[in-house]
Amino acid sequence: MNPPKTATAEQIVIGGSEELISGSEAIAHACRLADVDVITAYPIRPYDTVMQYVSQMISDGDFDCEFIVAESEHSQFEIVKHASAVGARVFVGSSGVGWFYAFEAMAVTAGLRMPMVAMVGNRALDDPGAFGVEHNDALAVRDLGWMLVWVETPQEALDTALIAYRVAEDKRIFLPCAVSCDGAFLTHSQAIVNVPDQATVDSFLPRYDRGDKLLHPDNPITIAPQANEDWVMEIRRQSDAAMRRARGVITEAYEDFGDKFGREQEPFIERYMMEDAEIALVGMGTLALPVKVAVRKMRAEGRKVGFVRVRWFRPFPTEELQDALSDVEAVGVIDRDYGFGSSFHSGVLANELRAALYPVENQPKIVSFIAGLGGREVNTDNVIVIAGMVADAASGGMNDQDTYWIGVRE
Amino acid sequence: MSDVITETLDDYIKTQVLEAWKGPKTVPEQEYFTSGHRTCQGCESALVMKLMAKAAGPRTIILGSTGCMYVANTTYLSTPWSVPWMHTQLGSSGSAATGTAAGLRALMRKGKMEKERINVIAFCGDGGGADMGLSAISAALQHTEYNLLILMYDNESYANTDIQVSGSSPYGANSTFSPPGKERRIMHRRWKKNTAPMLAAGHPECKYVATVCMSYAVEAMNAVRKALSIGGPTFIHSLDPCPKGWDYDPMFSHELGELAVETGIWPLYEIEEGKIKMYGKSKRIVNGQMKRKPVQDYLLRQGRFAHFIDEDIEYFQAKTDEMWEKWLIPGVLPFSAEA
Repeated sequence: MNPPKTATAEQIVIGGSEELISGSEAIAHACRLADVDVITAYPIRPYDTVMQYVSQMISDGDFDCEFIVAESEHSQFEIVKHASAVGARVFVGSSGVGWFYAFEAMAVTAGLRMPMVAMVGNRALDDPGAFGVEHNDALAVRDLGWMLVWVETPQEALDTALIAYRVAEDKRIFLPCAVSCDGAFLTHSQAIVNVPDQATVDSFLPRYDRGDKLLHPDNPITIAPQANEDWVMEIRRQSDAAMRRARGVITEAYEDFGDKFGREQEPFIERYMMEDAEIALVGMGTLALPVKVAVRKMRAEGRKVGFVRVRWFRPFPTEELQDALSDVEAVGVIDRDYGFGSSFHSGVLANELRAALYPVENQPKIVSFIAGLGGREVNTDNVIVIAGMVADAASGGMNDQDTYWIGVRE
Repeated sequence: MSDVITETLDDYIKTQVLEAWKGPKTVPEQEYFTSGHRTCQGCESALVMKLMAKAAGPRTIILGSTGCMYVANTTYLSTPWSVPWMHTQLGSSGSAATGTAAGLRALMRKGKMEKERINVIAFCGDGGGADMGLSAISAALQHTEYNLLILMYDNESYANTDIQVSGSSPYGANSTFSPPGKERRIMHRRWKKNTAPMLAAGHPECKYVATVCMSYAVEAMNAVRKALSIGGPTFIHSLDPCPKGWDYDPMFSHELGELAVETGIWPLYEIEEGKIKMYGKSKRIVNGQMKRKPVQDYLLRQGRFAHFIDEDIEYFQAKTDEMWEKWLIPGVLPFSAEA
């Protein structure tokens, strides 16, 4: 599990260097480039590789920050929360039950509007034990005021971590942001990444400035007093307003990122072969890899199938998904998570999407699939089966008000 | 290798001497914990807050863990704190102090904030410190590169939530989770945790651990000043009589603090760079210059022990005698050397 001391296949190019690195190493580079001041670590697979890379960068003298190995995830998150209050840019992360151990700290971080950036190495929750990816860990904070974004590749991980700092620390927002990386499939899988140079990053990412919210003897404020029913509702309303504003700020950040780094991408979702699609598949994270291959195969056979990858789960891209999916006949949502006892016993993404598409005229049928739990592979054959079932639902041949588990022993 | 990264303790952070105050008349009048709080009449923990802030002075950041001194002290729009103050979670005093000190250190070292010694104090109650927050405090006390003080104000119960027993409640105390009933007289059978020596013994690089009681206020303030001068992480444990939780008339708070010391139930000492120094009446007890008062003088003044019968008092007395007569370091450290 030890990270390689130096990345292989290193090559200097204009505006940065090209390196063959994993998602975890890509995020470690983002931390270095963002000149993060305080980082806290606690071991749990698979996210902890990012901290192995960070600690090596520090010991090699490539990166200067306070690096604290906490005694629990709860302390890990609390320490950076307080460092953030005195004006330090911070980074933290966890996986699976470790993320849950920090749950109280995550609630207050959002409540306090601390612009922390965290990496989630998505992992199945215990019990039974599993190292592989499931999205229920990160999704658990979805209603607390955390912004949540899923990425597909190491390049996107690096880019999105920089964007996350820019958005989180924007004074119009001041909300924490979690960058979700699928365990193993992204945390430990390498790809060629353009690691940008410092000057470009500096032109994109301003210094973290708390302004009059800074906890300092020159600004002797009281943070987080007991507000009770007198004021809590107004304070919650402010968080709601910040999350609403995040849509615009995220869009701005992606536009500026595209200008500065030359990598343009649609902020909230990725549309893959969606022109003229009659059937759409929807999912998040590295699931995109087999889905894109399967979509290409099916397109080669003349089937009008497309794919929408949801990047930002919070704020949820309601308008973008309405736009992308209002003309298709049926949608298959592939959740790498579960929502036991929820409507239609569906995955979390499926039910969010149902709500988002409810007002759409000629609403497409929405079928929920659960696949790839605990890190089980979702292969192209699975995806082709799913697309076939979605086509059946489109023609009314299959019940769309249920949830189908794919690749499971019955 | 960069020097910036290899440095351990920066001079500007390390050095600070807050001189001890010689007596009440030399203590400045300026307060940093002022009006606006809603603590009970006779609340000794509020006095701890006031004198702790006074001892530390204006260049201080205070982190307050959930408990009485959060809930009763910091109502929105009527904060009593005139130094910067921030809430932290019940078990997070250690993490709050660590994070604040680390943030300041990083920013000053990297030239993002003016270099200055800023005191970092996190306080917690006994529930937040001796119970839930113990692991985070333990971790904080290992970080010799950060200057911080964790002060545990011990009113011997979860007093803010209606008086429930904690690991720091005395044996047999009546609380809403340990009420004497028809079948069982003693519901709380655990002996009070020996928190300060546990932390001192377990963290040999922590330079300063002390016990205080606000009945001896100048000594307590000087403990805070020493803790903030000595460098690295430090810990102070304060015993705070609580009229509501201990069930006595608020006018007797000061007197009960004195009785806790005079009976030997609450020893006063400093553990400074590995050396134990008893002070005040505890020093006189250990030197044989003063006889301990019987524990019943203390116990029977409080409603929380009103259900005690003779055998309970005898048990309490015997356990207290053990502290002074059998322990390796009387009043501080248990174990006895094998004969």
